[in-house]
Amino acid sequence: MLSKKNKEALFNPLSKDNPVLVQILGICSALAVTASLEPAIVMGISVICVLAFSNVIISFLRKTIPTNIRIIVQLVVVAALVIIVQQVLIAYNYDVSKQLSVFIGLIITNCILMGRLEAFAMHNRPWPSFLDGIGNGLGYTIVLVIVAFFRELLGSGKLFGYQVVPQWCYDHGYENNGLMILAPMALITVGCIIWVHRAHNKELQED
Amino acid sequence: MNKNSNTYQILYAAVMVLLVGTVLALIYMALKPKQNENIANDTRKQILSALHIAAPDDSKVKETYEKYIIQDLLVDREGNIVDSAKNVAFDVKMKKNVKLAERQLPVMKCKMDDGSIKYVLPMYGAGLWGPIWGYVAVNEDGNTIYGANFSHEGETPGLGARIADKDFQDEFVDKHLFQEGVYKGVVVLKKGLKSVTGAEQIDALTGATITSLGVSAMLEDCLTPYEAFLKKLGGGGGTQCTADADKSETNDNQPE
Repeated sequence: MLSKKNKEALFNPLSKDNPVLVQILGICSALAVTASLEPAIVMGISVICVLAFSNVIISFLRKTIPTNIRIIVQLVVVAALVIIVQQVLIAYNYDVSKQLSVFIGLIITNCILMGRLEAFAMHNRPWPSFLDGIGNGLGYTIVLVIVAFFRELLGSGKLFGYQVVPQWCYDHGYENNGLMILAPMALITVGCIIWVHRAHNKELQED
Repeated sequence: MNKNSNTYQILYAAVMVLLVGTVLALIYMALKPKQNENIANDTRKQILSALHIAAPDDSKVKETYEKYIIQDLLVDREGNIVDSAKNVAFDVKMKKNVKLAERQLPVMKCKMDDGSIKYVLPMYGAGLWGPIWGYVAVNEDGNTIYGANFSHEGETPGLGARIADKDFQDEFVDKHLFQEGVYKGVVVLKKGLKSVTGAEQIDALTGATITSLGVSAMLEDCLTPYEAFLKKLGGGGGTQCTADADKSETNDNQPE
């Protein structure tokens, strides 16, 4: 089940081959949904699901897909999956679907999806592809959660919508940093995370 | 068969599109009735939320709604009731840019637990990425806002999407639509700015200027036609208006 190669497919994307920090994919959505923790986590879970299943489907079809139109085929599979997920959610879990509405659209445009389909699922069997999808989805989610943690804490003084910075601090002149809520600080936060990550992983450093 | 021949590619694409299209259409059709029901229930929830009422659980939304909303009304711009059939206001499809003359003005009349009467006025407008809509509940006096609820289709989470948060909506509570007997509505303005018309104001959301302006424009566009109706309810009082009318006019000249 978990040979050495499969383990690599699952665990490498968490750090050494992280889609956001190392492959620099999916940055746009990492900026858009990380103003607070809850949407970041919801987005992460949705990406994990769609990525894992589209990887499996493309992997099953990989020998039949004509090279010239492979990107179109991948796109159709991802889009169809996303629409199905969305429709089922509207019918059976309306509240969650309302939270997800905008993320669903963002999933289709997420570079990680096309990147993994093209780089991994087209050349590997379904089971490793599934693990690769889960691994990359998790790697993406971890970064989103870290960024969202700092942005929500410093930007609104809250975590998961609950006030964590005590009123006492505000009374003594502490202010929420409005800039943290805006996209530029998300980019800078991602930059700082990449900095720390590279400092710890010497083999990733470029000259 | 050669995978790179034109025939194979065209066939592959055609079969794939047909297959995916059929599957999606079937799923859509199968789920449609359930989805419509969810959407109607969600609308009821939003209306109840403007009245600070929460349904005990999701299966009881319809019951709760029918318990509190005692009458649906359609009014005209002179404030006359033109229709009061069952669900006539609930069924109005709100759209943007409907000419004032052709507009149906729905009102839901509600009776609260303590016997007081509230009027819910629906509204519809544009945010940054798509439509926004909401419900404002007004007290029996036709002046004081009892509660408000706003929803959106796809505003940015954490920014514009916060119009759907309680914090923002609670700012509307106890605001007055009439100032010294003159209809002013309410405006959403950046903190620190002063309304030029003298209307009571709500702090705009940081980082969501366009959505905030959208809410403000929606309030103006959709509440103003109700002016006559609200006046008939007693909005504006009518006692103090003569003495203070000048004061409200001087406010007009304040720089923004």
